[in-house]
Amino acid sequence: MKYIDEFRNKDLVQGIIRRLGDLAAPALIMEVCGTHTMAAARFGLKSLLPAPVQLVSGPGCPVCVTDQYDLDKFLALGEQPHTVLASFGDMLRVPGSHTSLEKQRAQGADVRFVYAPLDAVDWARREPDKQVVFFGVGFETTMPTTALAVKTAAAAVLDNFTLFCVHKTMPGALGALLAGGEVKVSGLLLPGHVTTIIGSQAYEFIPREFGVSCAVTGFEPLDMLLGVEAILRQLRGGRPRVDNVYRRAVQVQANPRARALLDEVFQPSDALWRGLGVIPGSGVKIRGDYAKFDAQARFAPILAQVPPPPPSACRCGEVLRGVLHPQDCPLFDKACNPSQPLGPCMVSSEGACAAAYRYER
Amino acid sequence: MCLAIPMKIIQIDGVQAVAEVDGVSRQVRLDLLPGVGLGDYVLIHAGLAIAKVDAVYAEETLSLLRSLADEVY
Ligand code: SF4
Repeated sequence: MKYIDEFRNKDLVQGIIRRLGDLAAPALIMEVCGTHTMAAARFGLKSLLPAPVQLVSGPGCPVCVTDQYDLDKFLALGEQPHTVLASFGDMLRVPGSHTSLEKQRAQGADVRFVYAPLDAVDWARREPDKQVVFFGVGFETTMPTTALAVKTAAAAVLDNFTLFCVHKTMPGALGALLAGGEVKVSGLLLPGHVTTIIGSQAYEFIPREFGVSCAVTGFEPLDMLLGVEAILRQLRGGRPRVDNVYRRAVQVQANPRARALLDEVFQPSDALWRGLGVIPGSGVKIRGDYAKFDAQARFAPILAQVPPPPPSACRCGEVLRGVLHPQDCPLFDKACNPSQPLGPCMVSSEGACAAAYRYER
Repeated sequence: MCLAIPMKIIQIDGVQAVAEVDGVSRQVRLDLLPGVGLGDYVLIHAGLAIAKVDAVYAEETLSLLRSLADEVY
């Protein structure tokens, strides 16, 4: 496939690995994005890197950082009559406190998965006797697709489509993680696809305020190795900055159309992250003009009755903060595995525990 | 979840388009990328084109990688 195969070329991988050997110095590099976590595991990048260079996973798996309480509330709506729970397929098996979308579907709830959020708007249009609730999970990459769904529902004057919005924004979460000081990283591989929307300028505060080197990075093995190389070069030069090694897709400025679309439908809000708690300004909620599409507002009386989740032995929170390797969780590959997952990090195709189970055991 | 696949635009009708990869074609939306044309490669995420793949920068990155691979040690 064009723009994929070239960036997996084995000969070129050898070349850059030699270069990394020359630059190698002790460095802990966080791959922020879950898609990076999975790519690194799948292509065995950790074993290719020179020994003093370590990779650690970060908070960039949207399924994983969705808070348990938010998930429990969304799942509770499945018990309402004539309700369609619409979601990306990634959420299917993520365990809530008492059930999951998969279990609810087996018990007869109307659970459906979209290719695009606009599919859920189509279902609402065709089935006016149903309430379609879409679970809006994801970072800036995904937010424009759900904003478009809300706008389309508004234009069609639908009163049976709502968005359960748990979207999160990346720069604020990274700021909170670094300010917490719990994990000492020397560099960040920043998520290339989030950055197609927000532009690389959104991270300028990271080298400035935290002295951490950054590289906006694509998702093929050569892209990721180039990201590591950029960070090692910055460390050697002693000058942290934001490099962009994914220039074929990412620009310095935000995509203006995306910005306008997001500003029209959403406004910034605080967000609750699994493992990180409430981070001010790290999420969005639906803006006033579109308030009638806000599931959390429309179903507030039902959601208020959902009890807070009971404590869990799962340590995904620490995995997402980069302070625990999956293999060091006492439940890893024992009580917790992909067929009996105890936490989202073992379920999500991009979860660090799932990646470690599949490729690094 | 932030996966986005490079696909080639093969049909355009306003903001609606059809994109194709490996013989599979998909309905996609071009709302974020007003300038794209037939034959362009775009990154598709959940039915929306989020970025145009810039052929010049792609080639620049590959030639940098080739030069690293060609260096004699
Ligand atoms: S191994 Fe399982 S229980 Fe442990 S942190 Fe990962 S998902 Fe949670």
